Amino acid sequence: MNITQAEYGELAKKASPNTKSYKTIPSAFVVGGGICVIGQLLFALYRDLGLNEDSATTLVSISLIALSAILTGLGIFDNIAKFAGAGTLVPITGFANAVVSPALEFKSEGFVLGLGAKMFLIAGPVIVYGTLASIFYGIILWIIRLF
Amino acid sequence: MSELLSRGVFRLTSCPSIEGAAAIVGAKEGEGPLGALFDQVHEDSYLGQDTWEKAESQLQTQAVQTALKKSGHKPEEIGLLFAGDLLNQCIGSSYGLRELQIPFYGLYGACSTMGEGLGLAALFTDSGLIRRAAAVTSSHFCSAERQFRYPLEYGGVRPPSAQWTVTGAGAVVVGPSGKPPYLKGVATGMIQDLGVTDINNMGAAMAPAAADTIRRYLEATQTQPGDYDRIITGDLGAVGSELLVDLLGREQIDVSAQHDDCGLLIFNREEQDVHAGGSGCGCSASVLCAHILNEIQSGRWNEVLFVPTGALMSTVSVQQGESIPGIAHLVHLSSKRWPQPEQE
Amino acid sequence: MELLFSCIRAFVVGGILCSIGQILIDHTKLTPARILVAFVVTGVLLGALGIYTPIVEWGGMGATVPLTGFGYALAKGVKEAILEKGLLGALCGGISACAAGIAAAIFFGFLVALIAKPKEKG
Repeated sequence: MNITQAEYGELAKKASPNTKSYKTIPSAFVVGGGICVIGQLLFALYRDLGLNEDSATTLVSISLIALSAILTGLGIFDNIAKFAGAGTLVPITGFANAVVSPALEFKSEGFVLGLGAKMFLIAGPVIVYGTLASIFYGIILWIIRLF
Repeated sequence: MSELLSRGVFRLTSCPSIEGAAAIVGAKEGEGPLGALFDQVHEDSYLGQDTWEKAESQLQTQAVQTALKKSGHKPEEIGLLFAGDLLNQCIGSSYGLRELQIPFYGLYGACSTMGEGLGLAALFTDSGLIRRAAAVTSSHFCSAERQFRYPLEYGGVRPPSAQWTVTGAGAVVVGPSGKPPYLKGVATGMIQDLGVTDINNMGAAMAPAAADTIRRYLEATQTQPGDYDRIITGDLGAVGSELLVDLLGREQIDVSAQHDDCGLLIFNREEQDVHAGGSGCGCSASVLCAHILNEIQSGRWNEVLFVPTGALMSTVSVQQGESIPGIAHLVHLSSKRWPQPEQE
Repeated sequence: MELLFSCIRAFVVGGILCSIGQILIDHTKLTPARILVAFVVTGVLLGALGIYTPIVEWGGMGATVPLTGFGYALAKGVKEAILEKGLLGALCGGISACAAGIAAAIFFGFLVALIAKPKEKG
């Protein structure tokens, strides 16, 4: 073909449609904000039931994870996500969906090598790099405290 | 006997016929503009099986059986069977076709596989080595999704340039019946890679290959786009189709009036949320079997270039940051044979 | 009334964090997994620098529910463990603080996978 890679890259970029950000960002804001409001209401409820702040916060995460797991199993989560985009991805719901959906999908390859091995296919890196970052922070903090 | 026109371009002098064809698809394809033309539409995406992979194999089994039935031939009468799909090691074909007991070649040409299989079936029958051959390919949205992208229930977001893998299979029986549609020429694609790395923009990765194959066939046969009623690429989708017209335009070849694309024909992009259009081995195969062959048989189209396109990457090469090589194989279909110098 | 205001604050903070995620999806080639990693690591970083604490105090669940909150919890856990156990805290503080969330995802993921079957997208 009588065209360089760079020229073709430009041509391809021009032909590819852009995402309609004027639609996606508001829906991400509303759904993501909405999930946090559900979290806030649950938090108030758990506080009323006498839990301390830390336990209530943890229980909110667990509740949202359970809710996402159920919606994923019912095949509803991906339909909400199609509209919400980052609105369901960024909250803890996105993490839960990333754990539950491969577990569900790869069950057909068995409980150990399928469900068990593939469960953290997408969410694994989140735990790996989150933990690594916190370890580095801990080491730095320890060194600072030596002086 | 086939005649070599130029490197990789063949003229099929005996003009083998397509004796039977069948397209079996899923529900979403059934709701598309070609819905009424398919031989069977399955509402159940599992096709009564317990995994997506078995469902895909079932699509191939049914497509071949239906095509054989329509051609009036039994599996024993088929000299060679060419088949392929998108799954690792082509298991869709090997499991779907193992009961048929036909000499079998498994092919991998990604979404171009129908062009590859049909081209080989045509060349083998035209050469006189065998009397009759068959070609089949399939794809399944769910089996492709879990292999190449994300689990089905994962809430990821598809960018607008992404394409939707067709759930479907198409099968053809090629033989000497002497009735249209005829196969008049084959062009074998060359791998083209202009450096596209975006897995969600495969139309852009494949367009250069389609442009190259079409140009080579036109040059070898000394014909113009205007000599054909349609030039139908496999599954370039909206983005790739625009790029194809652009690329050929730079070579002073204007296909804008004749060009169409199976990925755009199979779905209604406004209503079906398929972004840039359909893709997958089953896309060009089912559009060929349900739509293109019908139009030729009914005489509405006389000369058609069918050019399935494939993106030859794997999940490994994509994660390693390699660019996506494209390929396109061309088959020239017609309602008329080549003028025969002497009738047999 | 206090509940209403806390909900509004959660809505605003959560909404802004998700909008940042959406901008990354729309305008970069980052895959969802990379975006999640970026949010968690950013959360650890902001937590370490002490920037995230005021956001949590103002935004409540709007700051802790998004994945930056997960990173913040990791950082907070490490900090407390270092004070308590010294260097060993760098290793055991983070995951202990997030243990409930990870275990819940495994538990509910397993339960759902036992019962449900994946469906074709609508």
